[in-house]
Amino acid sequence: MTSKNKWLSAPYLLWSVVFIIIPLCMIFYYGLTDKTGAFTLDNITAIATMEHAKALRLSILLSLVSTLICFLLAYPLAMILANMKVGQHSFIILIFILPMWMNFLLRTLAWQTLLEKSGVINSILSFFHLPNMNIINTPYAIVLGMVYNFLPFMVLPLYNVLSKMDENVINAAHDLGANGIHTFFRIILPLSVPGIISGITMVFVPALTTFVISTLLGGSKILLIGNIIEQEFTQTSNWNLGSGLSVVLMIFIILNMIISAVFDKDGEGSML
Amino acid sequence: MKKFDLSLAKKALATSALMLLPAALLSGCGSSSDGANGQVIVYNWGEYIDPDAIEMFEEETGIKVIYDEYETNEIMYPKVESGAASYDVVCPSDYMISKMISGDLLAEINFDNIPNAKANIDAQYFEQSKGFDPENKYSVPYCWGTVGILYNKTMVEEPITSWAQLWDEKYADNILMQDSVRDAFMVAEKLNGFSMNTLDPDELEITKNSLIEQKPLVQAYVIDQVRDKMIGGEAAMGVIYSGEAIYTQRENPDLVYVIPDEGTNVWIDSWVILKNAPNKENAEKFIDFMCRPDIALMNFDYITYSTPNKAARELIEDEEIRNSEIAFPDLSQYSNLETFTYLGEEGDTLYNELWKEVKSN
Repeated sequence: MTSKNKWLSAPYLLWSVVFIIIPLCMIFYYGLTDKTGAFTLDNITAIATMEHAKALRLSILLSLVSTLICFLLAYPLAMILANMKVGQHSFIILIFILPMWMNFLLRTLAWQTLLEKSGVINSILSFFHLPNMNIINTPYAIVLGMVYNFLPFMVLPLYNVLSKMDENVINAAHDLGANGIHTFFRIILPLSVPGIISGITMVFVPALTTFVISTLLGGSKILLIGNIIEQEFTQTSNWNLGSGLSVVLMIFIILNMIISAVFDKDGEGSML
Repeated sequence: MKKFDLSLAKKALATSALMLLPAALLSGCGSSSDGANGQVIVYNWGEYIDPDAIEMFEEETGIKVIYDEYETNEIMYPKVESGAASYDVVCPSDYMISKMISGDLLAEINFDNIPNAKANIDAQYFEQSKGFDPENKYSVPYCWGTVGILYNKTMVEEPITSWAQLWDEKYADNILMQDSVRDAFMVAEKLNGFSMNTLDPDELEITKNSLIEQKPLVQAYVIDQVRDKMIGGEAAMGVIYSGEAIYTQRENPDLVYVIPDEGTNVWIDSWVILKNAPNKENAEKFIDFMCRPDIALMNFDYITYSTPNKAARELIEDEEIRNSEIAFPDLSQYSNLETFTYLGEEGDTLYNELWKEVKSN
């Protein structure tokens, strides 16, 4: 890199130091000290207490389920999109991105109104004398909210990697006698692993840390680890415990990133 | 081509971020947006003031009001304590005021600059305030009320009179509880006949177990949303502040507010000025303005929370509301009324721990 190019990265460097490195250091500082400022590991080991461990288990479970559902929904869609002609697919992608232009909180609040006991969906169901659907304030509603909000983050990397795939490879597979199922499992799926990993990261990490979806669609009855951390900061004003638990959560996120770095060496699946 | 749509999305994001930037800058360094006479930064409960009153204050005094809202005392405290945002005027409840006094966060109010307070506010509320502000030095009462049950008479089989009915399995998934630690514990403490300020470990254990037992019956733990959900017929009953009763009844005539037999919490929310307030004089002007009878009346009409402002109450035109048992109950007829007190740091931690156990169960 020439020195000319180097100063172009200065704004980004400044940005990362001020908004990423310093806050991270603060989280580690708070997480590893107690209220008096003395070093302690209590805030980290606090994850083992019953309430915290339970919330973490539930968070992992719900985010895994949401990630799986997102994957199953997104993969066929991404394949269809990748096979479409230019022009057609940009319209469909636009439809997918369009909701993202609206605030995430508003969209989640809208789901609350839709799912409520006397909400829009149940009113329509009762009009047709169909049984009502009572999933609001249950884990099902939270999974629904996660899938709805994070699905585009799964579709886009998958679409990216699938549309870049060399058609000659697939044609070669056919020429060598592989049928459709064989081609898919032996050629297309393995080649799209970078996109899959990237999609999983982009859905799993925000789903694991969310607290808004669980508050709005879970009626505050279901505590995820994100809710516990949020409450330590906003209500209990125990920043040390909140930071300690965040550090634990970071371990999961870093693990996830290591896995994706191993599989996605060329950054092919990345959205940007 | 493939990346076209993505870059478009990014552009949209960048544009919206750019549009937000000036707003952030303005609120950050106020000098460019100040009114002729500076500004005052107010931190109040959500939907707890008539927006027109703020506008009138700005017009009459030339002081720009920067207004921010919170949902619970517990959310307000860390923000004020950390000093991250420098507010001038805050409107906490009784026990929180005493916590703020002990945390040395409040400035003494110069009542000479707030003539409307002593002139218009009923002396009994200053008397009552002595429970948390023993010398009446730090706070000016703004609203008061009780906590009770709001129920939908078309959705219950018998009149609601007791907290115990929030534990009735008949009403499973039809009950709304308050999502704030002291209010939720108060309900279960009164149910078991304890003080709402108890620190007795055995009593708290029983209280916690009551709340855990109740949890499967609760539809949701909410705060301000109790109001909208009850109006919409989403639940049969909910724990609510008395101030919402008039408004919700206006919107949905089937709703009834009761103070349960076991007794409840009587609370006062009062204006206080923070010790590190950058605009103390403007803050006093703001509080004085809020104590003016016509403004207090405007606020009462808008938020329908009981006003301690005697002069404003006399101005209420509708006789039914002026003498309303809900807005202005005669508290002497109720037994077991209590006011929250500050439990100390250890007490707070204990309650928060127990609440977390309830919520994660």
